[in-house]
Amino acid sequence: MNSKLWSDLVKEAFDKTLIVTKFFCALHLTTTYVFTPAYVFGPSMLPTFNISGDYVLAEKISTRLGKVGRNDIVLIRSPEDPRKIVTKRIVGVEGDDVRYSLNPERDDTFETIVVPKGHVWIEGDNKYMSRDSKNFGPVPYGMIQGRIFWKVWPFESFGSVERRTI
Amino acid sequence: MKRLNFLWNVSKNFFTCGIIGLTISDRYISIVPIRGGSMSPTFNPHWSTSVKTYSGDRVLVEKLCLDKYKFSLGDVVVFCSPSNHKEKCVKRITALPGDWVSSPYSYDAVKIPDGHCWVEGDNSASSLDSKSIGPVPLGLIKGRATHIIWPPQRIGKVEQTIPRGRIDF
Repeated sequence: MNSKLWSDLVKEAFDKTLIVTKFFCALHLTTTYVFTPAYVFGPSMLPTFNISGDYVLAEKISTRLGKVGRNDIVLIRSPEDPRKIVTKRIVGVEGDDVRYSLNPERDDTFETIVVPKGHVWIEGDNKYMSRDSKNFGPVPYGMIQGRIFWKVWPFESFGSVERRTI
Repeated sequence: MKRLNFLWNVSKNFFTCGIIGLTISDRYISIVPIRGGSMSPTFNPHWSTSVKTYSGDRVLVEKLCLDKYKFSLGDVVVFCSPSNHKEKCVKRITALPGDWVSSPYSYDAVKIPDGHCWVEGDNSASSLDSKSIGPVPLGLIKGRATHIIWPPQRIGKVEQTIPRGRIDF
């Protein structure tokens, strides 16, 4: 009788652990392959995102299929610090000519660069306060973590992120 | 009815194993086949393009190092090729941010920028690596090769050899 009680208990514990494990695995797979919530803050994407922080959703499917292109806002791993993920807008994809100015507030001199194969050119919407490809050059496509498609919070701006034309 | 129930149970178990396995291979450890001879003699020592039947070594790749992106000199890493995100490369890190390396095409030393590393294949004669593509961002790294697990006679640890030809200042 006693041993039956124990075996029941072990089976019960195993089942419960399995349910929790399955839940976390499903959560991991959703945030890795389907979509993930993200918290975006800082001045570099003004006026699209607030300085104080927005909650957004980023989808991973088009990133994986290689469908991310010009004008998409992406989460991208910073080339200067791989622990940081930044939010920027893709301005040019491979083969594009990109015209940019190094010091937008001081002078009007522009430089032109061709984006190399497999890379993207990223810029913040607020070009005066953004550390982006102007500083560190084109970024490999493999660093893109997801495309932001939906704003969740603050509630007034709930809705899809519009594709702005440049 | 009984048969339907049985099928349902089997598919449920398959699904469970699938999601658990995929999570483990994403987050902790996975097995990667090596093709090409750019890392010989560490991997594929007898690789040649004429022998098609020879299948490459299989290595164990751990992904826990991606939490902090801390790597040390001599680590063998798997990373996405910077020019094609669908292609994975396996190379050895020979310099970390802040180090200096001698550039093969000029007599200058190149400083590795923050968040980048210098990767080279062990077989420097036939390897497409940082000597031609420049420093690689650490963010492209997908894991660190720790053990060879196949073929059986070559099971063993991947050693961190100290790269030669590095300049110290």
